[in-house]
Amino acid sequence: MKELKVSPIKHGTVIDHIECGMALKVLKILGLTEEPPEDTTSVIIHVPGSKGCKDIVKLENKELKKKEVNQIALISPDATINIIRDSEVVKKYRVELPDTVIGIVKCGNPNCITNFHEPVEPKFIVESRSPVVLRCAYCNRKLEDVTANLL
Amino acid sequence: MYSPLITMKFRGMDLVSIRDLTVPQMNRIMDVAEGMVPIAKGEKVSKLLDGKILATLFYEPSTRTKLSFESAMMRLGGRVIGFSDPKSSSVAKGETLADTIRMADAYSDLIVLRYRNEGAARLAADFSEVPVINAGDGAGQHPTQTLLDLFTIREEMGEINGKNIALLGDLKYGRTVHSLSEALAMFGAKLSFVSPRGLEMPAETVENVEKIGTKPLITNCLDDVIADADILYVTRIQKERFADLAEYKKVAGSFQVNTELLEKAKKSMRVMHPLPRVTEIDPEVDSTPHALYFRQAFNGVPVRMALMALIMGATE
Repeated sequence: MKELKVSPIKHGTVIDHIECGMALKVLKILGLTEEPPEDTTSVIIHVPGSKGCKDIVKLENKELKKKEVNQIALISPDATINIIRDSEVVKKYRVELPDTVIGIVKCGNPNCITNFHEPVEPKFIVESRSPVVLRCAYCNRKLEDVTANLL
Repeated sequence: MYSPLITMKFRGMDLVSIRDLTVPQMNRIMDVAEGMVPIAKGEKVSKLLDGKILATLFYEPSTRTKLSFESAMMRLGGRVIGFSDPKSSSVAKGETLADTIRMADAYSDLIVLRYRNEGAARLAADFSEVPVINAGDGAGQHPTQTLLDLFTIREEMGEINGKNIALLGDLKYGRTVHSLSEALAMFGAKLSFVSPRGLEMPAETVENVEKIGTKPLITNCLDDVIADADILYVTRIQKERFADLAEYKKVAGSFQVNTELLEKAKKSMRVMHPLPRVTEIDPEVDSTPHALYFRQAFNGVPVRMALMALIMGATE
């Protein structure tokens, strides 16, 4: 039997097929780096898989809602979400980028009003999902590099 | 791509980008503007916006835009409050734009904003209950300039559809030419983009114009377009875009509009410029029938009158 480096979880969420090296950014988008959950979060980076390298995140005793996780499609469009109850996968779905992205990435235009001290969160219209194309709802510029502008 | 959905609702709308308007709406603004010309010239008196207050918040210098908005409001019987020097306002104390907008919202019926940052007018519209008109946000949009340019072409040529319009100068950084190109494409104009090397129209604007259905002629040589042009829309080439002065002088010289160049143009060809100009149009052109730029600057008044009357619901 293949030995697992991290044991399976009984209840919670497994985010699989995260793009290689993006797991920590996924945690950041989900807000798990600011207020760590009471239960264990396992982060497995650079896992060899059939389609090459991937990352996996396991959240024990926490079921993420589809809306919460969809934002990670920004940096990992192929990620899948598995909801685990009593060690069984009860729900499985792929992340899907919403029509607007608010408060996750900042505008890459240094002269955009959202990069100054104004009481607004950066907001982007999703113009295309594959490849991901975001347009700032304020200055109307395309965001060139999503990863570099993660908040 | 222009939506065929015909919507004619103006009352209470914000105008942040020319994309906020449909072609029928732009035509309606121009129709109303035509009727406003005698009032704009002071030949007729109007009380259409009697009792209304316009707030003009100009955080950046402006001559034509600010004066023409104020003239337009006053010609329609309204009043104007505002500032053109943010140092004299609470902005100097570090107030956010959002808070200044909340105040202006409480004190006026309509806000006109010019601000240094792109996206400022969209933000203002978020924080204001009264309508906001963008009078320029950094390198972003300046939709009323586009409207008055369209109006000037239509007034002079009878129609925009099918006309050869050559945009000349710094097409990369020039704020007015990006939204104007898209609007002209929506009206079915034939476009040429003439610029020095390195200051070409951004690929995104070219792509947008092509999506609307016009394939622009892109060239670095004015001689390629001068004979066929109906309108030559000239913009300023800024010195600071060039590494050395000699290069700037060479480029500026080869893009100067003068009477010698105009000999190669059609008699009916007209020269436009959003102003201020520096050396790109020789003053000797001013007295020729080709000069349309002063008329264009005047047209800012009737077009802004029409827009404000429609947004305030004083005209249907």
